[in-house]
Amino acid sequence: MDPINLTDQVDHAFVEQVKKESGEDPYLCYQCGNCTAGCPYTEFFDYPVSQVMRLLQAGQKDTILTSHSVWLCATCETCTTRCPCEIDIAHIMDVLRIIARREGYVAEKDIKLFYDSFLNSLQRHGRVFEMGILMGYNLRSLNLFADADLGPKVLGKGKIHFAPTEIKGKKQVAKIFKKFQEKRSNRG
Amino acid sequence: MAEKEYIYYPGCSLEGTAIEYEMSIRAVFKALGVTLKEPEDWSCCGSTPAHSVDHVFAGALAARNLAIVEKMGASTVVTACPACLSALKKAHKRMAASEAFKAEVNDLLDQPYHCGITAKSALQILFEDIGLEAVAAQVTTAFPDLKIAPYYGCITSRPPEVMEFDSPENPVSMDRLLEAAGFQVADFAFKVECCGAAFGVPKKEMVNKLSSKVLNMVLDAGANCASVCCQLCQQNLDLRQDQINATMGTSFDIPVIFFTQFLGLAYGYAPTELGLDKHNIKIDRLISTTMPIAEYRQQLEEAKSKKGKKAKAKEKEA
Repeated sequence: MDPINLTDQVDHAFVEQVKKESGEDPYLCYQCGNCTAGCPYTEFFDYPVSQVMRLLQAGQKDTILTSHSVWLCATCETCTTRCPCEIDIAHIMDVLRIIARREGYVAEKDIKLFYDSFLNSLQRHGRVFEMGILMGYNLRSLNLFADADLGPKVLGKGKIHFAPTEIKGKKQVAKIFKKFQEKRSNRG
Repeated sequence: MAEKEYIYYPGCSLEGTAIEYEMSIRAVFKALGVTLKEPEDWSCCGSTPAHSVDHVFAGALAARNLAIVEKMGASTVVTACPACLSALKKAHKRMAASEAFKAEVNDLLDQPYHCGITAKSALQILFEDIGLEAVAAQVTTAFPDLKIAPYYGCITSRPPEVMEFDSPENPVSMDRLLEAAGFQVADFAFKVECCGAAFGVPKKEMVNKLSSKVLNMVLDAGANCASVCCQLCQQNLDLRQDQINATMGTSFDIPVIFFTQFLGLAYGYAPTELGLDKHNIKIDRLISTTMPIAEYRQQLEEAKSKKGKKAKAKEKEA
């Protein structure tokens, strides 16, 4: 990690925002490294989770929100389970991912695209339509044959539906999306 | 046996790629005299993609289902999928802990949720409510060739404050259930490691690498198959096993089976009734030898007492 000038590069408002949205206190972290030691994803992260916590304490908003780590975290809850200070670290990572998405920082476009395909399917049908998610993802990521090798393994086994299950309450589910979006845009 | 009834929320995967989990759960609960009733018109819990957007939004997608269960007059909902369970439990916990959060979630819903539902896994219901004795009582058939590595996955018992079941580091419920059903269970060091979760589509190589570590440990434990309680683990380890072999240069050929499929086999169901024909790596070669359970248990007892006698004889010599 590069040296950080703590006189003029600390975004205190960002730390307060994360504290408020997560209900967690990042300053309780004393850098023991237990979270990183157990994190299955640390070999793929650009900043190990304990360093994300340190960067957060130092108000390093841009470094955190442009990191791959916040998107590659799978919320496996190992860090939260093992933190001796009882910080819900996975929840903080979740909040950082939410803020990154909201403010347009997306270091892992394919992951966001996959999540969006999932939510798009849920919004339209009320339940997720697995084939639809994959098709939507493949088209939009221009990765047309992603997982095409798995096709023959699942076809003819009653595992893949070619039409979505439409539930009666799909309008209610769509309304959750709509109301949430309205509330967010009203808040600005 | 008295008829029991539970409200059961299958979740989207169990209607599709994990249909065999659904089939085997229904078969096992039926054998135990338990009826499973689906909440009418349930919707998707939101899973990981929803909580990457916003917690109130994710809470509402999950709580819509809790509100439906509440209206049915129940106090418990059972689900098999750990991701659904986590979404339902987190939504409930956050709403119960904060009136402001609860109001925000309910504002997105047509039918409000009043925080009266406890969500539990099918694993928890079998282990705690039905109990090992009742699970063991229905067993007819033993499979002496199987040695099972019990794999729980990352969130089945974690974090403990949310999941409120079994140990977060060394869970044993699945071990005990399989043992009660007459199976040999291996000590498995990777019980709660992560398989790569929902990143299979966008980050295939990462998932293949993490899953290969789990499969490697299955062999290391001296097991010849794995038991799972999560459909995402099942998919990553089984459906993607050829991908793993191609990307990692391995040659795994390890059946990865839902724990309810194992229980179903012990109860005498045919493999096709449990959807065992739907897996990528087939378990057929390991289940071709069967034995009536009473005979198998007697053999085990005899082997045990022989060992005991030998040990005693050695003691005398010494």
